[in-house]
Amino acid sequence: MAWLQLAILSPFLLAIFVPFLYKYVRQIHTGWFVLILPLVLFTYLVQFLPTVSRGESIQHTIEWIPSLGINFTAYVDGLGLLFGLLITGIGSLVVLYSIYYLSKEKEALNSFYVYLLMFMGAMLGVVLSDNLMVLYVFWELTSLASFLLIAYWYQREKSRYGAQKSMLITVFGGFAMFAGFILLFLMTGTYSIREIITQVATISTHELFIPAMLLILLGAFTKSAQFPFHIWLPDAMEAPTPVSAYLHSATMVKAGIYLVARLSPIFAGQAEWFWLVAGFGIVTLFWGSFSAVKQTDLKSILAFSTISQLGLIMCLLGLGSAAVHFGYDKETALYTTAVLAAVFHLINHATFKGALFMVVGIVDHETGTRDIRKLGGLMSLMPITFTLAIIGTFSMAGLPPFNGFLSKELFFTGVLNASQLNLFEMQTWGMLFPVLAWVASVFTFIYSMVLVFKTFTGKYQPEKLDKKPHEAPIGMLIPPIILASLVVIFGIFPNLLSYSLIEPAMASIIPSVLGPEQQFYVNIYHWHGLTTELYMTIGVIALGTILYLSLSKWSGIYNWFPKKLALNHFYDHGLISMERVANKITRFHMTGLIRDYLVYIFAFLIIVIGGGLFTLNAFTFDSSTTAPIGIYEVILALIMVVAAVAVPFAQSRITAILSVGIVGFMLAMFFVVFRAPDLALTQLIVETVSVALFLLCFYHLPKLKKEISPVPFRATNFMISLGVGLVMMLVAFSAIGNRLFTPISEYFLEASYTEAGGRNVVNVILVDFRGFDTMLEGLVLGIAALGVYSLIKLRLARREDLENQ
Amino acid sequence: MKTNDVILQTVTRTVSFIILLFSIYLFFAGHHNPGGGFIGGLMTGAALVLLYIAYDIKTMAKVLPIDFKNMTALGLLIGVSTGLGSFLFNVPFLSHSFGYFYLPFLGKTELATAVLFDLGVYLTVVGVTMTIILTIGEDNE
Repeated sequence: MAWLQLAILSPFLLAIFVPFLYKYVRQIHTGWFVLILPLVLFTYLVQFLPTVSRGESIQHTIEWIPSLGINFTAYVDGLGLLFGLLITGIGSLVVLYSIYYLSKEKEALNSFYVYLLMFMGAMLGVVLSDNLMVLYVFWELTSLASFLLIAYWYQREKSRYGAQKSMLITVFGGFAMFAGFILLFLMTGTYSIREIITQVATISTHELFIPAMLLILLGAFTKSAQFPFHIWLPDAMEAPTPVSAYLHSATMVKAGIYLVARLSPIFAGQAEWFWLVAGFGIVTLFWGSFSAVKQTDLKSILAFSTISQLGLIMCLLGLGSAAVHFGYDKETALYTTAVLAAVFHLINHATFKGALFMVVGIVDHETGTRDIRKLGGLMSLMPITFTLAIIGTFSMAGLPPFNGFLSKELFFTGVLNASQLNLFEMQTWGMLFPVLAWVASVFTFIYSMVLVFKTFTGKYQPEKLDKKPHEAPIGMLIPPIILASLVVIFGIFPNLLSYSLIEPAMASIIPSVLGPEQQFYVNIYHWHGLTTELYMTIGVIALGTILYLSLSKWSGIYNWFPKKLALNHFYDHGLISMERVANKITRFHMTGLIRDYLVYIFAFLIIVIGGGLFTLNAFTFDSSTTAPIGIYEVILALIMVVAAVAVPFAQSRITAILSVGIVGFMLAMFFVVFRAPDLALTQLIVETVSVALFLLCFYHLPKLKKEISPVPFRATNFMISLGVGLVMMLVAFSAIGNRLFTPISEYFLEASYTEAGGRNVVNVILVDFRGFDTMLEGLVLGIAALGVYSLIKLRLARREDLENQ
Repeated sequence: MKTNDVILQTVTRTVSFIILLFSIYLFFAGHHNPGGGFIGGLMTGAALVLLYIAYDIKTMAKVLPIDFKNMTALGLLIGVSTGLGSFLFNVPFLSHSFGYFYLPFLGKTELATAVLFDLGVYLTVVGVTMTIILTIGEDNE
């Protein structure tokens, strides 16, 4: 096993030891042991930076199920390394933060770190796998780990609700994605992403190409909380804050982004892909930022903000896919800007959003509430936290000199370029992109200001808080400090990233744009002249400030929005009505009445067999092989028919029993006529015994409800019985005429004496030729006898016995 | 008033043995003529039921101290053992064989392993019939 695979699996291995560490080393917070691993992994992954920035990649394969083409191939290129560094880097900070956030006495740390490590390993697996099936396995593991982490405080109703919701939505998407992967496999015959990319030219016209694209996008959109699947993310905020910071801002929700970026080389260049990715992204961006403004809970604001930022990245990836049409040179570098912005903003978002979640966690931890209506005036009490919040929110709002400003400028460049595309009917609808993007940015500005100023400035309301707020311990501050310094560093020196990470990542997302020996050249400028983008940013700040200051005057518009059209309403009612409809259907056909079930069974038989006979035109009647009918047979048949018809019309049960007896004895007579003495003997005795048993049952009928009444007539029953009789008769008649082979009985007649030394062929077949059946029939009889015996002797369920106990 | 079953009981003494004999005839005749383990077993069961009807269950328990459940088990065991026995001769499960032997008193006689299997069937059927009928008969609820 190569080191790379071991690195991916190491979190799972460590997770095995966590419960023991928790149990036997109580005095040390378990998180300290866990912290080592992401740090080691981070350093390990950093080593790959020089290799990857040269445009090379590393690949190791372990065979897993080679017969199905499923191999555990670990693959490191620019995109995978970028995500790997995010996962391990922010993972270390989150583990450090959680050591101070979660109390070692009160919380079940063993399960927390097991789930967190499971998540980390799964996430590394997702981003570093080249095999689609392995990717899918890790993908579902992230869903599972996220489910467990959201419901970490499982005694709370809302945690369980949020966990269930995220599970249902992400697993639904994951399953769709699985189907998409299988379609890709059907088209290309391989699960390896590398190999699929080499076949792009042949599959893009395949009829399964669009279904595969839609299914995979469904998986990516549900995981990355794109409209309208974003509803699980705000409810996932019931998780502990380190979890929200890690999973629901920096890593898991970016798995969908990763998937879109990773599969871009396959799908980019198609109009459907462009419009779906960019369209859903821009709608999500707008809707997320619009909804964030009305939230009153700090984490909800951040949740909707995450949704909106994910939409932004998704939109940029979609717009960037247009670059595939143009190739790369000095002039067309414009079109790759969108991809550059996506990658850059991905990094920036992970830094500032992680920091903001940690800040919110500190506020929650130190004041006991996250409700902005209760908070205020914390600036002087928590100066460090306030500084961090300022850096994070200003970066989120896109203000200079932070990194958010740069990526927002690039974003504007991207949408402006896209609106001038003359591809994919962008001429007609293209102007929507810059407009929506600009409006969304205004809202982003407003909620960013709400987040920081409503919490830290204004009137201090100590009477509404459960605790007396004070600055957080230093351990809790270090992780957000690191993230915030990264915000500033990347803001001031953005080109630190461009050579090492952004260029290789871009090369992985749109490799076909590059010719041989070409490389992306990225240089991010702070000052790029008096461009449209700059005016747009100034407009955002100006309008955003006005709107923020007048927030109380216009926030009433959120009440106009009808509750019934809210997506959560659809989800909740969808679930409830699904259950209700399922209940109704089940109750409708599962009546508990055996009569109804028999009706279904017989109706099915009539429809399938009768319908089959009819549609295949299989009814034939060939009288050439039939024997002449003798007088005895006619008489016996008549008696039998009369007795059989008498059964349903009998006035009392005893008549019915005796009529059944007559049918049985006539059958024995038929055996005599058709020269089957063994059968006749057996039939006579068995019929006698069963009539006696029927009479016994009759004698023991309870007295109270004794009804000696004829069978009531029911039309359904009549139709069904008539149909079954008719169908079986037709089948029998058709079967007679269609004997395809000579029967085996000739052999038995010949071999009976010579081979088995017996002249009674029936008996020889029973005990010799087919003795195995007879043995098992003996077993059946034995089981029946023991069944009767135990039913009668062991009546444990008698009511008096139960009551006495 | 106690009913007097003297005619029934007297007739039963004779008839039940005739039925038993007939059932044994059916059992042995099975290989060449109509009959065999199944019908023989049912006939024996009929003879026993007649005895149980003529006398009561307690008397019969003294006369025939047989647990018919064990008889079922014995029958199944014989059936399976004849099958397993064929492994001793390195042939597939339930391979039967027969041969002709000169036995004292009987002269040339055909002996077949299939009859052993039939004996298993016979015992099973007697055991099952009697178990069911006696269990229901003894039940007094």
